[in-house]
Amino acid sequence: MSLDQKQVKHIATLARIRVEDAELPGLVNELNGIMTWIEQLNEVDVTGVEPMAGVQSRDLPRRRDVINDGGDPEKVLKNAPDATHGFFVVPKVVE
Amino acid sequence: MTDLNHLTIAGALDGLEKREFTSFELTMACLAQMEKHRDLNAFITETKERALAMAMASDVRRVSGQPLGSMEGVPLAIKDLFCTEGVLTTAGSHILDGFHPTYESTVSANLWKAGAVMLGKVNMDEFAMGSSNGTSYHGPVTNPWRRKGDNTRLVPGGSSGGSATAVSARMALAATGTDTGGSIRQPAAFTGIVGLKPTYGRCSRWGIVAFASSLDQAGPMCRSVEDTAIMLGAMAGYDPKDSTSVDVSLPDFRKAVEGGVKGLKVGVPKEYRLDGLSPEIAKLWEQGVAWLKEQGAEIKEITLPHTKYALPVYYIIAPAEASSNLARYDGVRFGLRVPGESLDDMYELTRAAGFGKEVKRRVMIGTYVLSAGYYDAYYLRAQRIRALILKDFTDAFKDVDVVLTPSTPSAAFGLEEKFDDPVAMYLNDVFTVTVNLAGLPGISVPAGLDGRGLPLGLQLIGRAFDEETVLRAGRAIERAANFTAKPEGF
Repeated sequence: MSLDQKQVKHIATLARIRVEDAELPGLVNELNGIMTWIEQLNEVDVTGVEPMAGVQSRDLPRRRDVINDGGDPEKVLKNAPDATHGFFVVPKVVE
Repeated sequence: MTDLNHLTIAGALDGLEKREFTSFELTMACLAQMEKHRDLNAFITETKERALAMAMASDVRRVSGQPLGSMEGVPLAIKDLFCTEGVLTTAGSHILDGFHPTYESTVSANLWKAGAVMLGKVNMDEFAMGSSNGTSYHGPVTNPWRRKGDNTRLVPGGSSGGSATAVSARMALAATGTDTGGSIRQPAAFTGIVGLKPTYGRCSRWGIVAFASSLDQAGPMCRSVEDTAIMLGAMAGYDPKDSTSVDVSLPDFRKAVEGGVKGLKVGVPKEYRLDGLSPEIAKLWEQGVAWLKEQGAEIKEITLPHTKYALPVYYIIAPAEASSNLARYDGVRFGLRVPGESLDDMYELTRAAGFGKEVKRRVMIGTYVLSAGYYDAYYLRAQRIRALILKDFTDAFKDVDVVLTPSTPSAAFGLEEKFDDPVAMYLNDVFTVTVNLAGLPGISVPAGLDGRGLPLGLQLIGRAFDEETVLRAGRAIERAANFTAKPEGF
């Protein structure tokens, strides 16, 4: 199957990347080129194969549930494009 | 005496120990070379003052008899993917404009603890997505190597292209790289240096800007196999701050290097003999086999049947992980912000302006393969085939100790070539990407020059946490190849 402009626009919205209409045809072509190449994976018989998220099969290590970091809002906010009163500032969300 | 910036790490450590020169002098020689060859665009940020201060501090430690580290006084270039406290860290992206981390990555902190000196932060493909260094917001990097009688500027490979050029052009004695699909080994091969991707979990990923977390691994890029072993020893180690870093003891990598390959079983995978493989690459590979045989290794043909699916699997898994990792770049906490009418508007405009074309493509592919209705067909299927690729290696390593392959399907190409077709660019990683999917260690060692005078590399792949065998087999190739060529004028 191949992607059309409407789908690509939707994917861009999900990814929160603004795509102008003029860019769409080129992007559709590129993404379809990649996805068509990927289709060869359908040849592989994967019956009974467990999906693998990473190479370590063991459980992730645990640590004691204690506070071991934090309390440094200045460092956290230091690189913020906009911050005030110890908070990140964003455009108004609730009208 | 050779110029100090031409020394290997081992040579520099030796000279420093004998008090033939100081780290300050060594660092000055590197800084002078960086300045002389700024046109190669290897560095995004030069940290001259910090370098000199670190070098002086190292010299003081040495003369005052304080304990010395394993990389004491050695000047290094750091890929701009490693967060360095108070020093601009961009990941090669516009979206991290002005980002000065308030913390230091574990790997770079380990290197400073070992006494190393930071020369600066080196250029790279944006978020490590690329094989040419052509996707960097800070412009492409030039390979110091040129084709014989041809002045075309060539790429150093990527994504660790700045690292590769800095080491090859003798600006730094060594550099850190990261490797998600071949980003250490491919540029090492393109620039005639040694690059090692350690086993997944060997080096902490904490403080390294994340691309694809189940594949990313930091490693050394150096001018000899011995240097690679020294530097790996300084970078590696368990870190509780990275839950995927593995708590195993660190062997003495340097000691392993001269172990020889007598009796070692070397596998040659038949699936890597691709249709249309360049005769030069095929010849070099045969030469590598002969070299190891002459030194007493036993050669065995092996099969890795799912090899051809590794790249398409990678181009589902890596973008999927990248699309989640890169969600944090939204104009709120760091870097670029483009104002918008609403929060969503700001997100979309910031990410449209801040990400380059290749990054946008991959984030969108990742978003698509993880989206409702496609997750099973693409993402889960890719994860299942990844398991089959790992099983191929597990089976092969029942019969052999190490696997020998070419590092890349070609030598370095021109800055203007291959940029139109993303898939053609992806094929650069055809020999390296399987190793990341399986989490294994792999090294690229310069093994010869092609007909146009450009370096080519051979790759050795080992069992998980068996970098020692990879290093000694790499050393055997290095010894036989006796690669002494340098880019002209360097």
